[in-house]
Amino acid sequence: MSLGKIIACTVLSLAMAAPAMAGQLVINGSTTVLPVMQKAGEAFMASHPDIQLSISGGGSGNGIKALIEGQCAVAMSSREMKDKEVKAAEAKGVKPWPVAIAYDAIVPVVHPKNPVKNLTTAQLRDIYSGKINNWKELGGRDGKIVVVSRDTSSGTFECWNELVMRGERVKPAALMQASNGTVIQAIAKNPNAIGYVGLGYLNDSVHGVTVDGKEPTPANAISKVWPVSRELLIFTNGEPAGEVKQLVDFLLDPAKGQKSVLEIGYVPLPTK
Amino acid sequence: MPKYLFREAVIQKSLAVTATLSLLALLGIVLFLFVEGLPLFTHYSVIDFLFGDLWYPTEEPGLFGIFPLFVGSITVTLLSSIFAIPLGVLTAIYLNEIAHPNTRRVIKPFIELLAALPSVVLGFLGMVLLAPFLQDCLGADIGLNLFNAAIVLTFMSVPTICSISEDALHAVPRSLREGSLALGATRWQTIIRVVMPAALSGIGTAIMLGMSRAIGETMVVLMCAGGGGILPDSLFSPIRPMPASIAAEMAEAPFGSDHYHALFAIGILLFLLTLLFNIIASRIAERHRQVGTSSL
Repeated sequence: MSLGKIIACTVLSLAMAAPAMAGQLVINGSTTVLPVMQKAGEAFMASHPDIQLSISGGGSGNGIKALIEGQCAVAMSSREMKDKEVKAAEAKGVKPWPVAIAYDAIVPVVHPKNPVKNLTTAQLRDIYSGKINNWKELGGRDGKIVVVSRDTSSGTFECWNELVMRGERVKPAALMQASNGTVIQAIAKNPNAIGYVGLGYLNDSVHGVTVDGKEPTPANAISKVWPVSRELLIFTNGEPAGEVKQLVDFLLDPAKGQKSVLEIGYVPLPTK
Repeated sequence: MPKYLFREAVIQKSLAVTATLSLLALLGIVLFLFVEGLPLFTHYSVIDFLFGDLWYPTEEPGLFGIFPLFVGSITVTLLSSIFAIPLGVLTAIYLNEIAHPNTRRVIKPFIELLAALPSVVLGFLGMVLLAPFLQDCLGADIGLNLFNAAIVLTFMSVPTICSISEDALHAVPRSLREGSLALGATRWQTIIRVVMPAALSGIGTAIMLGMSRAIGETMVVLMCAGGGGILPDSLFSPIRPMPASIAAEMAEAPFGSDHYHALFAIGILLFLLTLLFNIIASRIAERHRQVGTSSL
């Protein structure tokens, strides 16, 4: 850390400790959206020195909960609000206003040495529900399929459950991992494993399979050709206004916030 | 009242208050745990909770059977104890009875340093070193499993067991050993028949504390145990002990939902388990308390 940065940090923390002279926006929610918000947030604070962002990730559910309870101004979410949450918001007089800021595609991943390179949605469903247990049944080598899933409360799991499982249960024996990173770790170290991660987390240590013959590419995610894609959202209380509006405009600007979306590995909104 | 007496009184009172604080904190935490955990049982039976074998908390209605999680916790703790107790106790015997004092002075701090390693570091090692080893060399389907977590937990409980056992052995007075040797007993007989029984209460306490550390440990089981919510059918089964479930799911469980209360209910069970271990530890300490010079 350079001396300049240390001084900047000290000044920042002093500024935060002092009674809020500048506007402070609290942002909370999905860890999927978090990296975008952090990257764009840095640039935003640099160009808007009068606005402080306090960004933390606790999951989509937590962010929405915090928005409903008035603990944050912007909630990040990797899913739409549930009926329960909509009702809770109504009860508290909060009017959540969704804004899509990026697209995310969830990609099934296998070990690079696995000869199976394409799967159908139905096959994925059967693997995860426990009906298909050996790679041989899918044209691969003889070997027990090790199924890696995310913890049941993550937005990624919910999305997978909805778009791939469609009402079937992920089998109890599936390995539960608590983050995209640990899923990659588990797959990269195991030739017989299959898992799923956000498109932004895909790297060379694992192989992203094609689903129904479709490539996991940004263009396919936007056009919803990719079967497992979703919008990344932020929720504000009512139509964005004032400082919140400045932030939303910044995030949607192709030259600013959307650039961060691309850098993190998600898919930017199509330019109109 | 003279000034110095007044000062004494103030110091005494403030020390008493400080001591009460930790008691109050414990009471508060336990109360909170029960207040947040018990509401689940107004509409979900305790039997289904304890003995149900499906854990699907986000379904509507949710299924909260923790039996596989409970069994996972117990098996991983027992398995790691099987490794850790001999390692810890035998190391303690070596350090105190056989090793040269200089060797002891060098080795003991290092064993205690092992306890200072953050559990996330050990968990990471289990994930990137031990897991591929288990797959490649022992033919496990998946390296993140019961065996992996038990080994890593062993690293965490050995320092506790070893260090406290060693203190207990150290407290056994020289006169007992000398008496035994003078009567013609060999060194081994002295260790097994005289020193060990004299230090038994301390060793028992050490084992119980080591086990209660293993059962409550979260990061290691979250990272290394794999997380399969099933009853383990082999050493290499992925399991999901209770703390791992709480850690992975608490952040996203909607506040006040059944899922939220169920996670606290698991917390209650964990609390009762560690409490049990601690009660057993203090019972052992009391029952086998040595009177006279060898008391701790």
